Amino acid sequence: MSGTVAVIDYGMGNLHSVESALQHVGAERVVVTHDAALLREADRVVFPGVGAIRDCMAEIRRLHCDQLLDTALREQHKPVLAICVGMQALLERSEENDGVECLGLLPGAVKHFGVNLQSADGERLKVPHMGWNEVTQQQSHPLWDAIDDGERFYFVHSYFVQAQDRGLVVGSADYGVAVDAALAKDNLFAVQFHPEKSHRAGLQLLRNFLHWDGTC
Amino acid sequence: MGLARRIIPCLDVDNGRVVKGVNFVDIRDAGDPVEIAARYNEQGADEITFLDITASHEGRDTTAHTVEAIAREVFIPLTVGGGIRSLDDIRSMLNAGADKVSINTAAIREPELVRRASQRFGAQCIVVAIDAKRVDDVEGMPRYEIFTHGGRKPTGIDAVQWAQRMAELGAGELLLTSMDRDGTRDGFELGVTRAITDAVGIPVIASGGVGNLQHLVDGVLQGGADAVLAASIFHFGEFTVGEAKDAMAAAGIEVRR
Repeated sequence: MSGTVAVIDYGMGNLHSVESALQHVGAERVVVTHDAALLREADRVVFPGVGAIRDCMAEIRRLHCDQLLDTALREQHKPVLAICVGMQALLERSEENDGVECLGLLPGAVKHFGVNLQSADGERLKVPHMGWNEVTQQQSHPLWDAIDDGERFYFVHSYFVQAQDRGLVVGSADYGVAVDAALAKDNLFAVQFHPEKSHRAGLQLLRNFLHWDGTC
Repeated sequence: MGLARRIIPCLDVDNGRVVKGVNFVDIRDAGDPVEIAARYNEQGADEITFLDITASHEGRDTTAHTVEAIAREVFIPLTVGGGIRSLDDIRSMLNAGADKVSINTAAIREPELVRRASQRFGAQCIVVAIDAKRVDDVEGMPRYEIFTHGGRKPTGIDAVQWAQRMAELGAGELLLTSMDRDGTRDGFELGVTRAITDAVGIPVIASGGVGNLQHLVDGVLQGGADAVLAASIFHFGEFTVGEAKDAMAAAGIEVRR
């Protein structure tokens, strides 16, 4: 039973695709909101994000979404899925927009790919990292159920997460550097890619999230 | 192994129907955009691009509804282009469910729009479409210029310099169409494709002229394109996206299977 899924809306970008993808995989009810009462009642929470980190962090704080997220995560222990900039916002700081303080829920930083990015065999790599890359499952996790190790997911980002605690890395992608593609800690799962845009594999991950009890 | 090269079927849509013209003249009706997008999604398309060629204002509301309908059932990235002139136009297409918007003529009229759009919505959703045509060679080297109005109006702007400028202003990706090749089925214009992919650090989608699967392979291996876009070879059932991927994989190109 998925119950109600609350997608935290802090006004940055379109959340319809997350909403319709959750509905498509059988979510009983999806609310897109930053209302504290609705979030408190929800059974699970999605923390999405798109756009520039400075604007995102400003809106997250202005609408108190940082507190709402903290309540869901650490008081209510609900399953939480963070996506893309939503994942990046969880770290301590980002190099984007000349440096932005983030939520600090996970130790580590968000770094730029750099301008002379190359693959291991010397091929020039374009930035943004845009398209379908392979995700190596570093650890087993309920959210990887029925998803092959090395399955491709859709990425689009110019900054990447480097978690300090490498034990939290459950998925990684290679793009000139080791990109932390998925982090997990207790009832939190965070992904750099867009499951809502990653066709079958992405929909399977969202389906797994709907059935996840928040334990590993 | 790493990032896959993308295959992007393109839907040219006029008043809610998919069409594809040969050099924008001989327009054939190819069907319902939602059905076609769903079919490509099933075939393993990596993204879908939707180019709105509707002229009328009323028609543009139809476009937004079509984008909404596609976004409800297709869970891969969707790019919408055609007639995007302002931040409001971009916002309304993103709100309808587009993941990226493609800006063409408006970027030429007002290059700062690209910067503002990129700052407001993020570079990841701003694609600049470049329609290039070969003009007089300079000292034996081919030169390409930006054209507008479906390839009829020259602008005097050098295509490679323009590509660099758009990247500097914050475009996240370039959609390069050869107006010499569009609709001809003779293959991509590889010279301009290579010149632009080498000149910029952002991904480039090659477009215009695909008539067989070898053309897609050439676009990546010779043109250096990060993604290849085609319309008619897919619309009339000649090839599936899966067959296109088989051909690319057989040529040693990494694709998503």
